[in-house]
Amino acid sequence: MYPRSMEDSDCVLVMGSNMAENHPVAFRWPMKAKVEHGAKLIHVDPRFTRTSAMADIYAPLRAGSDIAFLGGVVNFVLNSERWNKDPFFRTFATTYTNAASIVSSEFRDTEDMGGVFSGLMAYTGDAPEWPFNGFIGEYESSSWSYEREGGGAGGDNPGGGPRETGREDGGGPNEQPALDATKAGAGGPPYDDLVRALLQPPVQRDDTLTDPRCVLQILRRHFARYTPEMVEQVTGCPRDQFLLVAQTLLDNSGAERTSSIAYAVAWTQHTYGVQIIGCAALLQLLLGNVGRPGAGIVALRGHASIQGSTDVPTLYHSIHGYMSAPSALEPHNSLSEWLAQETQPTGYWANTPKFMVSYLKSMYGAAATRDNDFGYAWHPKIIGDHSHMPMFVAMNEGRVKGMFCIGQNPATSLNAKLERSGLRKLDWLVVKDNWLHETAMFWKTAPEVRAGEVATADIDTEVFFFPSSQVAEYDGSFTNTQRLLQWHYKAADPPGECRSDMYFTYQLGKRLKALYAGSTLPRDQGFLNLVWDYESTDPREQQLGEPESEKILKEINGYYSEEPGRHVAGPEDLADDGSTSCASWIYCGVYPSPDENRSANRQADPPGVPGAHLGWGFAWPSNRRILYNRVSADPQGKPWSERKRYVWWDEAKTQWVGLDVPDFPTTKPPTYRAPPGATGMDAHNGTDAFILKTDGVGWLYVPEGLVDGPLPTHYEPVESVVRNPLYKQQSSPVLKYWKIDGNPLAELADAKYPYVITTYRLTEHYLSGAMSRWLPWLTELQPELFVELSPELANEQGIANLDRVRISSPRATVHAKALVTRRMRPLQVAGRTVHQVGMPFHWGWEGLSTGDAANELTALVGDPNTTMHEGKTFVCNVHKA
Amino acid sequence: MAEPMGFFTDPTVCIGCKACEVACKQWNQLPALDEDRRTLSGDSYDNTRKLDGTHWRHVKFVEQFDEDRRDGRWTMLSDVCKHCVQAGCLEVCPTGAIIRTEFDTVVIQSDTCNGCKACLGACPFGVIDINPVSKTAQKCTLCYDRLQAGMEPACSQACPTDSIVFGPVRELKERAGRRVDQLHAAGEKRAVLYGADENMLGGLNAFFLLVDKPEVYGLPPDPKMPTRHLATGTLATMLGAFVVGLVSLFNFRDRRAGEASAPDRDQP
Repeated sequence: MYPRSMEDSDCVLVMGSNMAENHPVAFRWPMKAKVEHGAKLIHVDPRFTRTSAMADIYAPLRAGSDIAFLGGVVNFVLNSERWNKDPFFRTFATTYTNAASIVSSEFRDTEDMGGVFSGLMAYTGDAPEWPFNGFIGEYESSSWSYEREGGGAGGDNPGGGPRETGREDGGGPNEQPALDATKAGAGGPPYDDLVRALLQPPVQRDDTLTDPRCVLQILRRHFARYTPEMVEQVTGCPRDQFLLVAQTLLDNSGAERTSSIAYAVAWTQHTYGVQIIGCAALLQLLLGNVGRPGAGIVALRGHASIQGSTDVPTLYHSIHGYMSAPSALEPHNSLSEWLAQETQPTGYWANTPKFMVSYLKSMYGAAATRDNDFGYAWHPKIIGDHSHMPMFVAMNEGRVKGMFCIGQNPATSLNAKLERSGLRKLDWLVVKDNWLHETAMFWKTAPEVRAGEVATADIDTEVFFFPSSQVAEYDGSFTNTQRLLQWHYKAADPPGECRSDMYFTYQLGKRLKALYAGSTLPRDQGFLNLVWDYESTDPREQQLGEPESEKILKEINGYYSEEPGRHVAGPEDLADDGSTSCASWIYCGVYPSPDENRSANRQADPPGVPGAHLGWGFAWPSNRRILYNRVSADPQGKPWSERKRYVWWDEAKTQWVGLDVPDFPTTKPPTYRAPPGATGMDAHNGTDAFILKTDGVGWLYVPEGLVDGPLPTHYEPVESVVRNPLYKQQSSPVLKYWKIDGNPLAELADAKYPYVITTYRLTEHYLSGAMSRWLPWLTELQPELFVELSPELANEQGIANLDRVRISSPRATVHAKALVTRRMRPLQVAGRTVHQVGMPFHWGWEGLSTGDAANELTALVGDPNTTMHEGKTFVCNVHKA
Repeated sequence: MAEPMGFFTDPTVCIGCKACEVACKQWNQLPALDEDRRTLSGDSYDNTRKLDGTHWRHVKFVEQFDEDRRDGRWTMLSDVCKHCVQAGCLEVCPTGAIIRTEFDTVVIQSDTCNGCKACLGACPFGVIDINPVSKTAQKCTLCYDRLQAGMEPACSQACPTDSIVFGPVRELKERAGRRVDQLHAAGEKRAVLYGADENMLGGLNAFFLLVDKPEVYGLPPDPKMPTRHLATGTLATMLGAFVVGLVSLFNFRDRRAGEASAPDRDQP
């Protein structure tokens, strides 16, 4: 959902986020809901923060115990009288979720297996060239699939979009359809036969929701042990506080009311972060809080345009528009193999061949033809996990020669000393940023250099620094957390030699193309054929060397290959035969004609008129503000209630209408029944609202796509002060851990590290401080690194407010001033007192305000789906320095 | 005179983001504290500590938690010059540098201020101080330059939650009354307005909603005008001003202790 929609919420749960401090502008909307119509604001967090200060209900919890808390709410909801009696919930679950779907008889839940799912085995997936994927185990996940008509688990590929992770084995029951599809697609477009060859028998259902293998019954069993008593034991949250949260959420859900949940990186930065978010999605689906005004989950982003960097990705594992990056570990050897592996036969992703071919046309232009697979073989392939932590592990092994570091400050990042030892192994390092921050200066002023452990003269890395221009010094677009593209305009020339990141990338590409010129090597043809025409038409920008950002957005939007002056107006215009070019299908429509840049639209709705501000910017896809908004109407197409009407079926006009762009085929009536053998959107009924899912429903249970299980399960963090009270399995059996020198972990309940620590941001600074610690107006507001701790812990350790203290983890020791506050509190967990401390991670040794980097303490461990680290909870000790 | 303009500041929706402080500094080009004075105060998240010649908005952070945490709250309040209808500073200014504008706000004209500090002692709220760059007494101007150009003040424009609302004082008082009623209905019986009626120095054009005693927020419970001409004033009045000063000193409490030797700390 988008933050503004929170003004329509009747209850807002902020969890895994300190929204008021880190997203103060978006926090305007929950505050409006609270002040203007009495919405309940709930904050669940280890610390009492500025968000808690605004909340009607604050519930403390032990850092990292979020799934136990949310699982407890799920159990509470499933056992509540209201959820079982109110027809809204029953209808919503049966129609719009997979509650009725039957799961394979092969599936074994954590209940049966001591906390792990069926299919757990040793990990063997590393490519010899890249042994850095870090998994400690893996699942063979075919037993998690749906049961299909005609018997048997119907494969590990029931769909829902391209795979999330870089590596997954291509085996399993789906092999045969994929093989057939590859053959069907081998002759090139059209790819209709390829899509058809992927079809599988329908999923078995039980609309009475009583079959023991239907999703709802599996859910009931899985969450039965998440009782209020257990929640209190695991999370430390007093039972009455927990119950108040659960009851308030339930009371504010239903046909007449909606609740929203906001989270940020305090949910992602765990070894089970995806599962925490999945648990929230499960809860919201159960409560009918999806696709409706004031409902849903707000994924608050940590950076200004990080949504944009997912859409037009800087991520290693995906290409534009959430398609999987071609991988050497997958059956991706040809375009038809890739399409057979990544296309879904039913639902919107059946269009994948159109998106992929149009993407390849945007990459290689006229050189991409049906005879050469549209240049597919030129496209780079990944060979494993190339995200931040594996890259630095590889760097430490001497496997990485050079690095472009643009808008990033790894010298103060995870297990920072290891990151710096990696930097020392590089031949060259390019830093492009505003200031000479810690990464630019690691060779000269890093702690180990100043301590004399490392001599500058012994560091061979050649470091280049490029000063950056600021956002007001060039034209471009931002994509914010609500998928909204907003154009911004240049206000002034940058000073001196400061240039934009676009300039840097454009000029680098131009120079590399010049170096490759004339090569006849097959491997260089991709670079030679790469479309790279962004030269500015403005003489002034030409002089600066800056490219024309409109040209880039036009390429992303797409056009007709033979007629680049004619733009495609939306993803429905894209073709799989090379006649259209489009870099990112989800952005298609932002630039529908050469003189219409919809991201520059600035027409807000008038005050007091209900609407979705469709004239302001452009929200992908197709300017929709709320995704899956078909569910804002009941199965017959009528609004669930007058109060929450949003999108509905207009019988007279025989189309979907409403306050937003309907996220559904405009003229498909609610009564439409898909004929057998249909593909794509024709295979979805008039009630199948989740158009990106093959089965058209929201997934309470995730039969495919996650590597760590189909249901959220409470595991302890990698480093924990307690044994897992819920299962025999202590922590995720498939998490990522890099067992290398300098990355040791504490033992379970290690007496040397008795306290839980969490790291976070403050309003006054930004990330590693690379943008804020050089500004006097900000550094006077938060001038020094501190560690927040309760008076109880301070007494225990003989620490007074403002004392200098030493904080140590198995990786490092840092110093900070003590900020003793009752906002921190000891919790009773599993029969003992657990103390938690908190440290902001904004500091480093350069800039106007300096201090130790809290990330010296963190470990290289990661979520198995995303390789996100676990900076939100680990263990430490605290002493007076 | 145009309609009186002012601020209504509501701490119950303040998230302590300090955007008001930064917006004020940026618009008015006020310097940050010197580097050696940029230190952690140890008093919650308040590190700028007080209103003075270079801090014309200041967010106070008040932590009130029981030992067992059953009851607890963290209140943030963005303090500012009150733009009093009966303004002591204006009364005592010997050079006429302090004026009342057409918006009924109180503004110090830097070019006619000689830095005599008379206004510092005359302000019952401890708002005014010498700006070390200009060497003149300075405080919030309610963005007089922006008002003249038809713009709203920088702080209220930057406030993301409408904790600071700018507007005609008459409208602000209506809005504030509604907010108090709303809070009372929601069970927050402590909600009161501070400075919204004429009993307090004829009314404060920048007034506040409070949910505790004024002293908790470093505000004097009963601010008084200084005697017009200090030379003829009684000892009692001078004492009164001194006591008010002490009250505000007390309310800044220990957070000032570390800075007692700072040169610009003169008080009446």
